[in-house]
Amino acid sequence: MSLPITPSQTVGPFLAIVLPWPDGPFVVPEGTAGAITITGQVFDGAGQPVTDALIETWQADPDSRFDHPDDPRGAARPAAAGFRGFGRCPTDASGQYRIVTLRPGSLPCPAGGTEAPHLDVSVFSRGLLDRVVTRIYFPDQAEANAADPVLSAIGDQARRGTLIASAVPGGEPGQFRFDIRLRGDRETVFFDV
Amino acid sequence: MTADPHGTGQHGVASGGLILPRYERPDGVHPPLNSPEYRSSQLRAPAQPLVPMPQWLTEVTGPLLGAERVTAADSDLTTRHPGEPLGERIIVTGRVLDSGGRPVPDTLVEIWQANSAGRYAHRVDDHPAPLDPNFDGAGRCLTDADGRYRFVTVKPGAYPWRNHLNAWRPAHIHFSLFGRAFTQRLVTQMYFPGDPLFAQDPIFNSVPDPKARERMIARFDLNLTEPDWALGFEWDIVLRGPSATVFETQEDA
Repeated sequence: MSLPITPSQTVGPFLAIVLPWPDGPFVVPEGTAGAITITGQVFDGAGQPVTDALIETWQADPDSRFDHPDDPRGAARPAAAGFRGFGRCPTDASGQYRIVTLRPGSLPCPAGGTEAPHLDVSVFSRGLLDRVVTRIYFPDQAEANAADPVLSAIGDQARRGTLIASAVPGGEPGQFRFDIRLRGDRETVFFDV
Repeated sequence: MTADPHGTGQHGVASGGLILPRYERPDGVHPPLNSPEYRSSQLRAPAQPLVPMPQWLTEVTGPLLGAERVTAADSDLTTRHPGEPLGERIIVTGRVLDSGGRPVPDTLVEIWQANSAGRYAHRVDDHPAPLDPNFDGAGRCLTDADGRYRFVTVKPGAYPWRNHLNAWRPAHIHFSLFGRAFTQRLVTQMYFPGDPLFAQDPIFNSVPDPKARERMIARFDLNLTEPDWALGFEWDIVLRGPSATVFETQEDA
């Protein structure tokens, strides 16, 4: 049996009625040992902050595992208590979001090779008729990033750079910044998944 | 831009490696991100083409959000306030399936909508229609073992917006769905049959295929309608499914 799928429609301007959860930004509970914070702003093609977007993240745990039956290595209980793998945060009046999580481990590719530590990201907003998908990689993983097949497939180095978070200048270790530019100058790479 | 750096046609059945489900990539179903008739897309839709991405471990897994996200009261939008909301009481139910026809059980469904006057309980909605103190427009439920969801609510009103002169959104309910994999995530809108506003709505018409547009419209069902109480609408939602052959291989492995 094959059923035709249901089309996507925009999340619109009123997603805040139900989609934000109080604990949404916390992939791990606040105060978890080794927790990192990723903050960033979402910008439109005019460089203005997008104040009505929703960011969602999904990632492996620090041991490179997923608590999910479709992982052929077997579902694994999370490496840290309360780790959900999933983060969700609406942007605020300055277009800013924040995710508190643990560093994901690297992942084996099906046909060999290794994916560098990364988070998959969905961006939803008014003006986007479907979500757009991007990835967050880490700036202190240069060697792993260089060997990552998804990053390596992007020929243009400047474009590839849009997928790599930066350390917050003067910030504590584990404080990262990842801005998302939906369109135009320094546009973030978005994927067809 | 690279065409298919990962051998997308092959990666689901790698020999000797991980064997992963592979989700179909439907062409021409979803709206193009650049849809000039929908004015807000002009500054927000990416200008660069999307880069093909493999479906590997992060993509074929996803959050399995459970019962802790939902209470029984969350699926009835008419009983959470001191009084009943104004409007036509309706039942909206259906199944969440994948394109292989398999039900998607235990998956979180989140909905939001305008009240019966066409006004959202949200600070940025300045449409001069009344708010309803007995309606917040938010609903959640989990699908059952058969993939079925069910909400009780009121029929949302149409409302004007500023996309073009005399622009009105057809009545709709927003739906957010997870499925079981990152690839299956879907946010969409459910419409009501026979709405005269379809023809002028750039969001509804952003879906290029008229048959695909029809799949966003619920069906009125007298059998679901409860006498002396509420009108019944049925709407099934179909998420991208994994290829059956790959799944069989996985089970054999």
